[in-house]
Amino acid sequence: MTFRRFLPVLIAEPVESVNFSIMNTKPDHFDEMRVGDTEVRPPYASYKTWFDDQEPGRLARKSKEAEAFFRRTGITFNVYGQVAAEERLIPFDLVPRIIASREWTKLSKGIEQRVRAINAFLHDIYNRQEILRAGRIPIDLIAKNAAFLPQMMGFSPPGGVYTHIVGTDIVRTGEDDFFVLEDNARTPSGVSYMLENRETMLQMFPELFSRIKVQPVSDYPKNLRRSLAACAPKSCNGKPVIAVLTPGIFNSAYYEHSFLADQMGAELVEGHDLRVVDGHIAMRTTQGYKQIDVLYRRVDDEYLDPLTFNPNSMLGVPGIMDVYRAGNITIANAPGTGVADDKAIYSYMPDIVEFYTGEKAILKNVETFRCGEPDSLKYVLDNLADLVVKEVHGSGGYGMLVGPAASKKELSDFADKLSARPGNYIAQPTLSLSTVPIMVKKGLAPRHVDLRPYVLVSPDGINITPGGLTRVALTEGSLVVNSSQGGGTKDTWVLED
Amino acid sequence: MDLHISHKTSYAYDQPVSYALQRLHLRPQSNAMQTVLDWNITVDGGVVELTCNDHHGNIIDLVNTFRGASELVVTAEGTVRTNDCAGVFGKVYGSAPLWHFVQGTALTQPNKDIRALAKPLKGASDPLGALHAMSASILSAVPYATGQTYTETTAEQALAGGAGVCQDHAHIMISAARVAGMPARYVSGYLMLDDRIDQDASHAWAEVHLPSLGWVGFDVSNGISPDERYVRLAIGTEARDAAPIQGLRMGPGDESLIVTLQVQQ
Repeated sequence: MTFRRFLPVLIAEPVESVNFSIMNTKPDHFDEMRVGDTEVRPPYASYKTWFDDQEPGRLARKSKEAEAFFRRTGITFNVYGQVAAEERLIPFDLVPRIIASREWTKLSKGIEQRVRAINAFLHDIYNRQEILRAGRIPIDLIAKNAAFLPQMMGFSPPGGVYTHIVGTDIVRTGEDDFFVLEDNARTPSGVSYMLENRETMLQMFPELFSRIKVQPVSDYPKNLRRSLAACAPKSCNGKPVIAVLTPGIFNSAYYEHSFLADQMGAELVEGHDLRVVDGHIAMRTTQGYKQIDVLYRRVDDEYLDPLTFNPNSMLGVPGIMDVYRAGNITIANAPGTGVADDKAIYSYMPDIVEFYTGEKAILKNVETFRCGEPDSLKYVLDNLADLVVKEVHGSGGYGMLVGPAASKKELSDFADKLSARPGNYIAQPTLSLSTVPIMVKKGLAPRHVDLRPYVLVSPDGINITPGGLTRVALTEGSLVVNSSQGGGTKDTWVLED
Repeated sequence: MDLHISHKTSYAYDQPVSYALQRLHLRPQSNAMQTVLDWNITVDGGVVELTCNDHHGNIIDLVNTFRGASELVVTAEGTVRTNDCAGVFGKVYGSAPLWHFVQGTALTQPNKDIRALAKPLKGASDPLGALHAMSASILSAVPYATGQTYTETTAEQALAGGAGVCQDHAHIMISAARVAGMPARYVSGYLMLDDRIDQDASHAWAEVHLPSLGWVGFDVSNGISPDERYVRLAIGTEARDAAPIQGLRMGPGDESLIVTLQVQQ
């Protein structure tokens, strides 16, 4: 399988000149770098000292180098709805987001707890449904959920693992205040940016990494491989064969699919490369068909198996659900995991964590109004201008309303949509997200960020890469960090103790 | 009663097959209503890749047609000993919860006519009697006729068309029962018609869950509950879950299908 690269069309924001005055942050946001106007928070102390020593202009040149680096490696992202910019570079900002070791320990404990609960929840929902019998969540939330796959009932995936890879979206609002925004339990993307961002920083500022000890992220592909291999089905003899199933070169994340296959030493395959052979899924090779034990699929459930789901899908593998239920392949992530990261289920996550772990959730949930409930709908309609409203099954920031940023017309149009199908929406208060500075023409300026750590789950345990992908809203005051909506990324550092 | 069954499905392809899969629901299982004495599936022109349980507890076989084949013949045959349970399958449950059988499916979405059929079920003091009465009114609204409906015909379409086969009857019955909040499911299987050995087709009927009795069968097409002349093959929320054979073929060309079915004592 060849490793294809794109020639990206670059629409990054060039940094022309830099001066080193830090622009004032709004006092109502937690700034992760600074306390007040002069004091630097401890995790950033060494970095700030280094930064202040830099010759003016060097960082501006470095920023251009970073652009060239990305242009060369070809990290691109398709933006739906922007015909003129179908493939573009995700803007990269060279000021790292820095997390202290102590902060990370607490965060990762919270993530691990949540991911364990999600796997227990999925196993329960597709088997005994104890949580429904106990009345802790309404049956209709599952029964009428489009992401619930009946075909998973009465089946345990190999190793008991449902979410082999999770990307939990986390935001921060204060020194000790972290909230989970979304549990991405289907096929979280973006890990290639985490890896490339670090690689870029290492190349540009090697001296920085000898001065400041940062926990590495480069083990991710090796850990991913090991974690997936540990989930191989019992029918696998010897070393598990792993393949990455991509919808193909027209998919917005194709670069990442090929990148991960390449980095893991796995095959990159498309549906038409695969067949059922001897009761297994096998890929066509020059030496004939070769059995696949673990399929890391980046094809959505609906398109995964035309014999079982959408019969018109050209992207999937007919019969794979039968091969799966026969115990002859591992599908990562398991089909039907979307029922756990649905935005309506999200509001029940604190109960879900408590039900399966017997502990209070370490990480907080954002207060969530389920618009399907009449009282909540009334509240949401009355306070639309202050709320963020999302589609229950939406992702990537499409189809959402950011109340404080919306015009009167947008608000009233959205209120109509909301009233027509209230069950399709949830609403949350706008959080005052933390900021981390980015480089702009005038120097450093605070911008809102979120964090997506990458979590690997196998019977051997849960592995969380220190850091993750920091997404940053490049527009001043904007809270939308999705790369599809014009967000950028930063390298994320977790300091060694 | 011992029923001997021979069910042969032949596909003829006008161009050699490059890749085709068939999923079979052709293995009856033993339960209170029936004991499988012997049963075999043979495939000519292809191979059984695997055998496993589906989410309703049915046993499926996945068949791969040989590359270049111009014909695939699947034969299921054997002997099943049946009991007359007056249509009561009872309180036997698989991994799918009862709420799963109250949800609408693509082929069983109710419309206003189906809601009207379901009206007498709501609050009925004798739900079993009301279901039998509903079964009779479905048959009078949709007399049995072949060639008027297809495998993808919905309950609503069959009711509007005023003619249908056992699949359509079962779908209307299921849809109406669900309107009344009763779990209902589709059963595929065989029926020995008393006056003949060669049967036109495999059969299907509906089962509705009553808290007092558990699952109870209704064969709308014949106006009765299943007795010892019936053999169950598979269950599901609608025909797509339990069809004896469903398949997918890649590449050009046409296929023709011949089914022969013999059920005899």
